[in-house]
Amino acid sequence: MTRHRAAATLMPLMSLALAGLLVVAVLDLPPQSGLAEPVAGAMDRAGVDHPVTAVLLNFRAYDTFLELAVLLLAVLAVWSLGRRDPIPARPVQGPVLHGTLRHLIPVAVVTGGYLVWVGSSDSGGAFQGGAVLGAAGVMLMLSRPRELPMLPAPLQRLGLALGVCVFLAVGTAGLLAGHGFMGYPPDWAYPLILGIELVAALSIALTLVLLFLGGRHGH
Amino acid sequence: MSEAITFWLLTGFDVLLVLTLLGVAWRLLAGRDLFRSVVLFIAFGLLLSLAWVRLSAPDVALAEAAIGAGVTGALLLVALGRLRRLETRAFRRGKRGKKP
Amino acid sequence: MATDPVNLQIYLACGALLFVMGVHALVVRRHLLLKILAINIMGSGIFMVLLGVAAGGEGGVDPVPHALVITGIVVALSATAVALVLMLRVKAATGLARLPRSGPED
Repeated sequence: MTRHRAAATLMPLMSLALAGLLVVAVLDLPPQSGLAEPVAGAMDRAGVDHPVTAVLLNFRAYDTFLELAVLLLAVLAVWSLGRRDPIPARPVQGPVLHGTLRHLIPVAVVTGGYLVWVGSSDSGGAFQGGAVLGAAGVMLMLSRPRELPMLPAPLQRLGLALGVCVFLAVGTAGLLAGHGFMGYPPDWAYPLILGIELVAALSIALTLVLLFLGGRHGH
Repeated sequence: MSEAITFWLLTGFDVLLVLTLLGVAWRLLAGRDLFRSVVLFIAFGLLLSLAWVRLSAPDVALAEAAIGAGVTGALLLVALGRLRRLETRAFRRGKRGKKP
Repeated sequence: MATDPVNLQIYLACGALLFVMGVHALVVRRHLLLKILAINIMGSGIFMVLLGVAAGGEGGVDPVPHALVITGIVVALSATAVALVLMLRVKAATGLARLPRSGPED
């Protein structure tokens, strides 16, 4: 018991000390130029005009590939922890929700597609677009918690793995063609990046919906 | 002259935003009611995407608003609902066990 | 819109404070859902420091930390989803959504 009391008094003090140290350390960071100049210098070979997309899908494509793999792993972990149980939500009565969703979901799909498309030249990209698409899917699920509109199971699995598979295939093709793993030929970079982004956005959207539902399908 | 006014207005906005962020984070971490904490967390994510815009990172702001606030919020709310259902189920089972 | 160095310091300090707040709550609060929220707040603090450093670079805004943070947001979401399911499993198995106080002798 005294141990707990000692911990309870010590913890705020230690947190305050850590806060002071960290704030001083962070404010004392020396100015540095970072990687803005190397990125700007390599932009003519990137295939896209937006630096963040170029870093994500070209210069550091390996990281983004592993990020998609992490999403896939998360679904696998959630599926291996149990079966899917019904969403704890009651069906909403009345026409308002369904009427709103009928207009909102097409808008969300167009927005998501636009975000993926615009990622090559301005802010946006596969993750943002995929998240908007996933949010549309979640709204669709929430509007009908009793009879869920759902893809057949093999299609679900295919859709989940598609992003990682296409990315890996393009990366390996780059290796075989002599551009190194996850390297693209500069002339082909734009269509390859756009294709990967489109497939990745679909996989991300499906992943988010399935993470929301939780658990393996079947009862 | 107008540059100075803009600078002070923006600095005031930054200070206000940062204080709100810290306050919301404190309230959601120190609160007793879980539902309230989750709702505050969603608000925190939306405020955070404002901060990303101020740090000239619009890509991150988009990702934060869509993923950090939107999808994480939905995940948290559905997990909270499942947690409550487990609680009521355990409560009912406890009552049924006492009867005979 | 370039951010002034003074304003950047505000955000850097805020990031550090958010991180510490998360650490504190992670240790002090016992409910697992609050621990998950605390880890997310810690992550947000780290993102804020990263983006603050990126915005204050001498050669303009640095896109590499931006890409890092976008990756980080998605990874944080994946970890949160798995943690939430684990929390529900703990709740179903033990009846409590919190960790045991300490060892079995306590």
